[in-house]
Amino acid sequence: MKSDRSEIGDRAAIAGIGQTEFSKDSGRSELRLALEAISAALDDAGLRPEDVDGMATFTMDNNPEIEINRYLGGGDLKFFSRTHYGGGAACAPILHAAMAVATGVCDVVVCYRAMNERSQQRFGAGVQGRPPMPVPEVVHFGWHSPYGLLTPASWVAMNARRAMHEYGITSEDFGRISVADRKHAATNPKAWFFEKPITLEDHQRSRWIVEPLRLLDCCQESDGAVAVVVTSLERARDLRSPPVRIAAAAQGATTDQQMMTRYYSEDILGLPEMGLVARQLYQTAGVGPGDVATAIFYDHFTPFVLTQIEEFGFCGRGEAKDFIKGGNIELGGGLPINPHGGQLGEAYIHGMNGIAEGVRQVRGTAVNQVEGAEHVIVTAGTGVPTSGLILGVG
Amino acid sequence: MTPEELRQRLDPIVGREGAPQHAPDPVNEPMIRHWCEAVGDLNPAYLDDDFAAASLHGGRVAPPAMLQAWGMPGLRPRGEIRSGPMGEVLALLDAAGYTSVVATNCRQEYARYLRPGDRLNVTAQVRSVSDEKKTALGVGRFVDQLMIYRDIGGEEVARMEFRILKFRPPARATAEAGTGRPRPRPARSRDNAFFWEGVDERRLLIQRCDGCGRLRHPPGPMCPDCHGFDWEAQEASGRGRVYSFVVAHHPPIPPFDYPNLIALVELEEGTRIVSNLIGVSPDDVAIDMPVEVVFTQVDPDLVLPLFRPIPGR
Repeated sequence: MKSDRSEIGDRAAIAGIGQTEFSKDSGRSELRLALEAISAALDDAGLRPEDVDGMATFTMDNNPEIEINRYLGGGDLKFFSRTHYGGGAACAPILHAAMAVATGVCDVVVCYRAMNERSQQRFGAGVQGRPPMPVPEVVHFGWHSPYGLLTPASWVAMNARRAMHEYGITSEDFGRISVADRKHAATNPKAWFFEKPITLEDHQRSRWIVEPLRLLDCCQESDGAVAVVVTSLERARDLRSPPVRIAAAAQGATTDQQMMTRYYSEDILGLPEMGLVARQLYQTAGVGPGDVATAIFYDHFTPFVLTQIEEFGFCGRGEAKDFIKGGNIELGGGLPINPHGGQLGEAYIHGMNGIAEGVRQVRGTAVNQVEGAEHVIVTAGTGVPTSGLILGVG
Repeated sequence: MTPEELRQRLDPIVGREGAPQHAPDPVNEPMIRHWCEAVGDLNPAYLDDDFAAASLHGGRVAPPAMLQAWGMPGLRPRGEIRSGPMGEVLALLDAAGYTSVVATNCRQEYARYLRPGDRLNVTAQVRSVSDEKKTALGVGRFVDQLMIYRDIGGEEVARMEFRILKFRPPARATAEAGTGRPRPRPARSRDNAFFWEGVDERRLLIQRCDGCGRLRHPPGPMCPDCHGFDWEAQEASGRGRVYSFVVAHHPPIPPFDYPNLIALVELEEGTRIVSNLIGVSPDDVAIDMPVEVVFTQVDPDLVLPLFRPIPGR
């Protein structure tokens, strides 16, 4: 059953994607990376900077819309929005852009994320030196920071340990996610880990970061940028590249939502905000798990990939550890995930590189193309207020 | 710089003899007296002209163990202190992150006694740099140096083998040296100040809604159940069970000790709280382990409610 939201999919489409190389030290400013990716995306769409009249990104992006527009040589901006909550934002700019285009607020929106996350500001280094101001996010952080619970890996590890206890998940089960991603990255020349697959034994031998998470359970830290151009489906059909429909786009936050620390709810095993996103996406797009050929699941840490498989209904609660066995999530399996290699294998561009991969899969131009990819799921950061997409053939 | 690259750059320096360095002062009585007083060696052969003249030395001599003092460049040396092979090796090791130093061994051989008026020069060579070793101070490399002391006639008067450890200062040592940070301070707002003030008084408090009696942690200004704004603080028993836990290894963040054991504790009252577990090895922690609060002065101005296993359970 479709809702009225499906009208967005009939009116807005992704017309172009662009990205820089993914590296550990770009040697360029984040602003320049953003401009390079946006220029590539506009070129992919066959549009010019002066066609852009809207922008959408993350609150965590360091590049103001006006700086980008100034150097891009853009004109009037009629719409700009930002989404909070780290990588949970990833798919939200596409939703915002689609709404803006569908409602006639503006015509061409550029969504972007550019970061020197490895060479300039490493998220994995943890939150250090934050002054204890009496504002809610800092107050909440104070329930964990005095004890040294300061890094994203440590926040996820707390939920992961309990899930292992409840569901009998093992470290090897987490490792299978990493092995699949690295297998796919190994045949993607744009991936940092191109031609560098790993085995389950490699995973098991990798050192502890925060028990129960090993090094190979943690995504990379990367420099790079990705941009996506959204315009009306009608206009996109006249442009250079085949349009990709935004069949559904959704955000989600639920009761007792936390930022990486859902420790206090009765159930700390699921990702209810991702379940909320999944339900909206399926309803809007009018499809179900059986219609999805491949999914780009946000993989900053392996444990929450298992949870996403469950929240999207590919199996029941606690069953993902069995669902992923036997290569089921690898190319050629029942549900190949992250054919580009994910953030564990390709690069960590805060989920935006996953959106670009979703577009390539629907266009049929991906380097690891999944057959019949008419509907592709893309998700955003897990453990935080999040977002998601179902992309479809235009 | 990889270990291989470092080794490649060290190899040409090792074994090369540096240019002779002239001692800043001749061997002299005032420095001998200062050294003897500082060390507590009051041998009159070093200090008393008459005694020394009548001794087998036939005059005052310098304490042999004072050898190194004669070659030292001083606090404000003229020219570049880090010249020569040793300077090059130290600079490479600094660049590779081995920024701390400690002397570990010193062995001296004397060919003759030094006398006031002797003018010395010193030649130094680095004889070896070890591969990376784990030590109690941290990981580092041992550097063996040989220094040869000659008089103005070119005769060798003494030699010294000197070994140092250049090491990476571990995070904990840095904190103890006073350059590290204290633990991150919990932010106190009008909504949560009662909790931290309770901890200051060594009481573990839970917020209880006046309207419906619901217990809340973390606390907040309004009850999500009955929407009331009024609440009181109830003192917890301090007992609970481990609901989940992690063992942090990397990255090491000052001033925490690693591995760092952090637990999600479910209190008897039903609310959960994050804290450190103490008095237990990470290998011995299990979910559902009974624990109790221990108020711990972690910094001079910070008490935290930490938890430990309940003895005998």
